[in-house]
Amino acid sequence: MTATEAAAIGLTHAGSEDTGLGNRGPQSKNIVVPYGFWLFVLSDIVLFSALFATYAALSRATDGGPTSNQLFDRNLVAVETMALLLSSFVCGLAIIAAKRRNMLWTQVWLFVTGLLGLVFLGIELFEFAHMISIGAGPQRSAFLSSFFTLVGCHGAHVTAGLLWIGTMMAQIWAKGFDRAHVFRRLLCLSIFWHALDIIWVAIFTIVYLIGTLP
Amino acid sequence: MFGRLTWDAIPFNQPIPLITSVVVILIIAAIVIWVWRKGWWPYLWSEWITSTDHKRIGVMYIVLALVMLIRGFSDALMMRAQQSFAIGASQGYLPPEHYDQIFSAHGTIMIFFMAMPFVIGLMNFAVPLQLGVRDVAFPTMNNVSFWLTASGALLVNLSLFIGEFARTGWLAYPPLSEKAFSPGVGVDYYLVALQIAGVGTLLTGINFVTTILKIRAPGMSYMRMPVFCWTALASNLLIIAAFPVLTATYAMLMLDRYLGFHFFTNDGGGNSMLYMNLIWVWGHPEVYILALPAFGIFSEVASTFSGKPLFGYRSMVFATMAICIISFCVWLHHFFTMGAGADVNAIFGIASMIIAVPTGVKIFNWLFTMYGGRVRFNVPIHYLIGFMVTFAIGGMTGVLLAIPPVDFVVHNSLFLVAHFHNVIIGLVVFGVMAGYTYWFPKAFGFTLDERLGKIIFWCWFIGFYLAWMPEYALGFMGATRRLQHISDPSWTPYLTVAMIGALIIFLGIVLTIVQLIYSIATRDRRRDVTGDPWDGRTLEWLTLSPPPHYNFAVLPDVHGEEAYWTRKLTAIREEKLIEEPRYEPIEMPLNTPVGVICAFFASVTGFAVIWYIWWLAILGLLGSFAAMVWYAWRDEHEHVIPVEVVRANAQERRRVRQELLAELIKAP
Amino acid sequence: MKKLGWQYWRVKQRIAIAAVPLLTSGCDRGILNPVGPVGSAEKTILINSTAIMLAIIIPTMIATIGVAWWFRAGNKKAQYRPDWEYSGAVEMVVWSIPALTVLLLGGIAWIGSHDLDPAKPLKSATPPLNVDVVSLDWKWLFIYPDQGIATVNQLVVPAGTPVRFRLTSATVWNVFFVPQLGTMIYTMPRMATQLNLQANRQGVYDGISAHFSGDGFPGMQFKVHAVPPKQFAAWAASAHSGPALDASTYDRLQKPSSYVKPLTYGSVAPGLFDSIVANRAPLPISPRTTPPAVHVSPKPPLGHASNVR
Repeated sequence: MTATEAAAIGLTHAGSEDTGLGNRGPQSKNIVVPYGFWLFVLSDIVLFSALFATYAALSRATDGGPTSNQLFDRNLVAVETMALLLSSFVCGLAIIAAKRRNMLWTQVWLFVTGLLGLVFLGIELFEFAHMISIGAGPQRSAFLSSFFTLVGCHGAHVTAGLLWIGTMMAQIWAKGFDRAHVFRRLLCLSIFWHALDIIWVAIFTIVYLIGTLP
Repeated sequence: MFGRLTWDAIPFNQPIPLITSVVVILIIAAIVIWVWRKGWWPYLWSEWITSTDHKRIGVMYIVLALVMLIRGFSDALMMRAQQSFAIGASQGYLPPEHYDQIFSAHGTIMIFFMAMPFVIGLMNFAVPLQLGVRDVAFPTMNNVSFWLTASGALLVNLSLFIGEFARTGWLAYPPLSEKAFSPGVGVDYYLVALQIAGVGTLLTGINFVTTILKIRAPGMSYMRMPVFCWTALASNLLIIAAFPVLTATYAMLMLDRYLGFHFFTNDGGGNSMLYMNLIWVWGHPEVYILALPAFGIFSEVASTFSGKPLFGYRSMVFATMAICIISFCVWLHHFFTMGAGADVNAIFGIASMIIAVPTGVKIFNWLFTMYGGRVRFNVPIHYLIGFMVTFAIGGMTGVLLAIPPVDFVVHNSLFLVAHFHNVIIGLVVFGVMAGYTYWFPKAFGFTLDERLGKIIFWCWFIGFYLAWMPEYALGFMGATRRLQHISDPSWTPYLTVAMIGALIIFLGIVLTIVQLIYSIATRDRRRDVTGDPWDGRTLEWLTLSPPPHYNFAVLPDVHGEEAYWTRKLTAIREEKLIEEPRYEPIEMPLNTPVGVICAFFASVTGFAVIWYIWWLAILGLLGSFAAMVWYAWRDEHEHVIPVEVVRANAQERRRVRQELLAELIKAP
Repeated sequence: MKKLGWQYWRVKQRIAIAAVPLLTSGCDRGILNPVGPVGSAEKTILINSTAIMLAIIIPTMIATIGVAWWFRAGNKKAQYRPDWEYSGAVEMVVWSIPALTVLLLGGIAWIGSHDLDPAKPLKSATPPLNVDVVSLDWKWLFIYPDQGIATVNQLVVPAGTPVRFRLTSATVWNVFFVPQLGTMIYTMPRMATQLNLQANRQGVYDGISAHFSGDGFPGMQFKVHAVPPKQFAAWAASAHSGPALDASTYDRLQKPSSYVKPLTYGSVAPGLFDSIVANRAPLPISPRTTPPAVHVSPKPPLGHASNVR
């Protein structure tokens, strides 16, 4: 029998016929790792969905305490939103610089990303501290518990992101761009950072904008 | 300095936990010392504890599950005994504060630390082999997942001798689980342990979805995957979609308990109905996370032991994915009696019934798989038939419960408890026992003793009916669940029969351990020489048993459904093996201790959080972070298996298969 | 096999005969022996649905065993069809059977859910009796707002009269359930659920809590006495001589206790139920602490010697 005939009935290792999606064998790590990370991001979005649902259910449960109209300051939120959106943009610049293997600008843009994230966190912590000082802390009512948890969970993710940025900056400095896994991790970090942005858009819409409607 | 941990936490005045704890500690110490004296610790550390091999991780999951089965079933026996004796004037031997912990621990352990690890362990072992690949997408994360699950199991069991466990039932509904009504450490043990284990499970979900969608042998399109891989995909998609809800819900309850938040409290505007909804949004998909892989195992068993392809492959795939999606739309059937109104109740009731359609289709398809086949009555087929018969009843009672007016009279009764044990034992337990028996030779190179296996099956089967059919009747008689004391003496005969059933199941569990030890001791009689002891149809039977670390010397080309069966038929027809491939060195991931180290710190942090030892909690978190960074700094991720080793293993396999082929050609 | 003496068989026969009422007497007090319209309707749906499904699963179970046995590997008479893995006709049937069943049962579920909605008042010529139910740790308080009396662990209702319940809990969730009357419903703090039931037959029926609520849960039992309407009126009138249920007696009542003997209160503080729902009533001053004190251990019923820990 000829080689093609043998291949057709599976007696050789000559490769399979094209059967469509997913037939070429295991994908490379550069595809698999970000794919898995996206799945993680999706699971994180489910986590936030549960917190959003809780917020929606409890947003009127003020137990006679302060309401969203009384508490939220749109101006402050605008500034933190700008800081976070800008940090996302800058993160994108960091990836571009990394693709070009430019150590200086990668570090600079990563640092600025972190800085803007820190600004965001600082404003958020200031807002929380203020609310607690006027007796509108999370223990006051169910609405406030759900507010602090939803927004605070996002803030905790930002904090984790900042830790990650710091670690990546150190790792890139120590190891350079030659190793594929370092660049993959940077890519995952940027996916994470952008995802936090998306969640924030949802938060400021549902919590702050809708919460301060007249 | 030690938070709220004092010497009072140790149950010196409670004989049962005290004696159990002492015995368990002695057994663990004995095992540790025995392993040390035999010099096995270095081997266990480098080959098992730090292993990133999916086969080894799968085995470790199943070992954990079997150990937890013993713990969970001990709780069950204690409950049965209490309900047999505490009737009328007698209060039995367990006061409520203990009985309440026992039934809570029973449910928690059986679901989270027996059923989940068993199912995940089987998926870990079989899925990469069936897909024809070397490992999962993220082998290190796989190791971390296992150890985090083990950490959760450790914390739950620790509550037996330091402190107490939750006294709220396995789902810890508020307001009972809030600080005001459960001020002790019990609910905190429950929440912290399950948060840690939940992270592990979520990581497994991500790992397997990525693997199944992105890492398959060349030529294996979606419709050529074995059905077990489809059910594993559906189950892991459910894990990714459902477990974050559990994490969020438990986090909220922890915030209520630790920081005085008001999510579910009686005051401050809290809403305990919200917890019901959230927890069951997770809880219902959870049972399908367990059920779907069990369906997959039965599909493999049905086709292999009938000598026929699975009937209606496409239907089975469609039914699996339909169950996956619909399982998210039915959660309210767990609380029809909460008063949501007729429209809402009816919609969810109908949705719950709709799930019965694809499930029924599967049963019929297994029936037609056997039809026209040559059914070999090995142990796994016993479990298949036992399952089909038992699950029919369990499914029927499930549909009954899905009708709101019926649920109005049997909610939370022993009828309900009988239903879910019916489906969990009939489907999940029978399924994992079948899978365990089916894949055991692939993992270890010899089969389990068949005769003992059949006796174990009959113990489970007969024991199940004796234990649970009376409970259905008791449910009709108005018996509710979680009763520490029974006031109606006419229930005595039913409870007695149930106790006998539980003892028969216990015999089955004991025999499982006996079977394992006996099979190991007499393994030479039942060696799996060819690697294909059951005349299998899927790719895991292509390798020798146990497979080499890298599974396949060359990833198999897949040419049709039932990749391995097609290859066997071709070899028999052409009277020769596939041509010898070009061997190359193979890169495999390195082992790593990061999993067990992170789990260690997670346990420390968890224990500290439970007992309010804040400095220790911070240290634990720092330790985890440091371990992760240290791991991230490594430069070598893989080691290379030299081509000589690959060639030698592969040629040995070819030699054995050549002999097998010669026999098959002579006597078809 | 040894021939056993006839006396032996007679004794066994006597035991078996004696056992039958023992085995079935439990059924007399369960959901299969309803005494009112709600429970009867639910029993009908239960029996009918079970019958419909048994008609499908019993043949399936028999077919499973039959097919497996006929097509066993050793049976040379069975036709081996190793390539038969799909049949459109079979698929059609296999999808249709569950689908049609679900269609039928779904219709039953829709209609039944609406007919038997707990909040839906029962059709009756007689005006309903209002009862407000409060689940405490670990007993049941029944307030009769129209009669101005209250009872603990004892519910007296006129037979043949619909009873309209409003239910709440003072502490944690419970479920109010009288199996022979039918539908159960949750009691939840700061919420009021609604239920409508009716006892057509006179008698004494068991009531329980059907949602685990803590250490004293098994003791949350009560009796429902369905009596002729005149007897009910007489009882309500005579109950007025009992103690008052005011802030201080309520405060004493809601302290944790279990297996509480039935009590009757002759007067009730106005708006007590509403204030419990609004969380304005005297809250449990010191909720249960761990380990539970002696007074929360369940006391053995029927006045037997106590083995309290």
